[in-house]
Amino acid sequence: MNKNIVIIGGGVAGMEAAKQLLSLGYTPMIVEKAQSLGGHVASWYKLFPDMTPASAIVDQLRKDISGANVFTGTKVVSISKDRESYAVVLDNGVSISAQAILFATGFSLFDATKKEEYGYGVYDHVVTNGDLEAWFNGKADKRISSSPKAVGFVHCVGSRDLKAGNSQCSKVCCTTAIKQAIEMKEKFPEADIYCFYMDLRLFGKKYEDFYINAQRDFGVHFIRGRVSEVGETIDGRIQVKAEDTLSGKPLKVQLDTLVLMSGMVCNKSVGELAPQVRLDMDDDGFLRSKDNIYDILRSNRPGIFYAGACTGTKTVPETLAEARAAAVEIHNYLRNG
Amino acid sequence: MADFGFRLSKSSTLDLDRIDTKVYDRLCDTDPDARTCMACGSCSATCTAAPFSGMSMRKVILGLQRGQDVRPMLSNCMLCGKCTMVCPRGINTRHLILSICRIYDR
Repeated sequence: MNKNIVIIGGGVAGMEAAKQLLSLGYTPMIVEKAQSLGGHVASWYKLFPDMTPASAIVDQLRKDISGANVFTGTKVVSISKDRESYAVVLDNGVSISAQAILFATGFSLFDATKKEEYGYGVYDHVVTNGDLEAWFNGKADKRISSSPKAVGFVHCVGSRDLKAGNSQCSKVCCTTAIKQAIEMKEKFPEADIYCFYMDLRLFGKKYEDFYINAQRDFGVHFIRGRVSEVGETIDGRIQVKAEDTLSGKPLKVQLDTLVLMSGMVCNKSVGELAPQVRLDMDDDGFLRSKDNIYDILRSNRPGIFYAGACTGTKTVPETLAEARAAAVEIHNYLRNG
Repeated sequence: MADFGFRLSKSSTLDLDRIDTKVYDRLCDTDPDARTCMACGSCSATCTAAPFSGMSMRKVILGLQRGQDVRPMLSNCMLCGKCTMVCPRGINTRHLILSICRIYDR
């Protein structure tokens, strides 16, 4: 079909939407700023709640979209309205007249250095959830102890934190922390693993079972209290202070590695593109859907659509479902004009 | 010691590196479900002894996890078993109490 569809972002949302659009007879174009497709999921190790290898999902999607036009290592420089179409200019000099654009731009991990009191980038053994996944995937990281006696996870880093500029719950980090706690316990059965949480928000399919497994089968210690400050001991270990709110007492513990569960914020590069076509931002810092209940995949501009974490925190299956639905929305839009 | 008119208070901080959790660890060997407590408090809310004695099964489990002596609190339990009926995680709390007593008796 003689319609150009540009998908901005080659993560799982962009790839799944491309796959569906291919099956509807279109030849979509994916523009991905990184050197390869897959987005955040490609750098993840395993996915909750079934410990599915993330690479299995990404590899399958890569095969499924072999018919699409893919530009990796390429950024969108500008988007402008051109009568019924949009002129999309890429940094490799290509410009496209697109009848539809899908924002599948996803999220950025909250910058943990903003929570200075947790010592990311200050102390030697503080990492983020993203760093830990990369390490699970085989990337060397000397901040992560190879024979830890104790490892801690801090929930809600840059989430539910008005002062850090992100008052929302990032939704997936509780389950991710439990997943990573189990993975660490599997690697280091003798280590004590602590999760410091405010609430455990385990809303999804089988997440609660995951929590029970972490408690019963892996003996992960859950401590209800937000970590207030992190320090370094004279022998280079990490000391954490929190309130044990269940007993109403201050609590401290020394750890060999501290993992910060960084939350999700809207992809920073959206800030450059959105104003060019006057896309609205929602109060939570993500792109604003036409309606947050019945029109989440449409923007305030005709022909521009959203899928995945560009409109808010999403899990992988939620993102894939939105991408499939967005392909149908785009199809209906192009067919009906 | 000389009376200076003031004294130092003992720190109330729980230092997880110094606590002794062997009673809790032994309990988990015989009753692994103890680990699945999520501190919801329904056991304590339904406890017949709680309003008169401060008995709280939630605090008993937490106390063991924090290495505290829970015998004074446990001595208030009348073993009625209502806590077991309400536990949403299906923990046999009445059995836990008996197991804890057995560990202390040893």
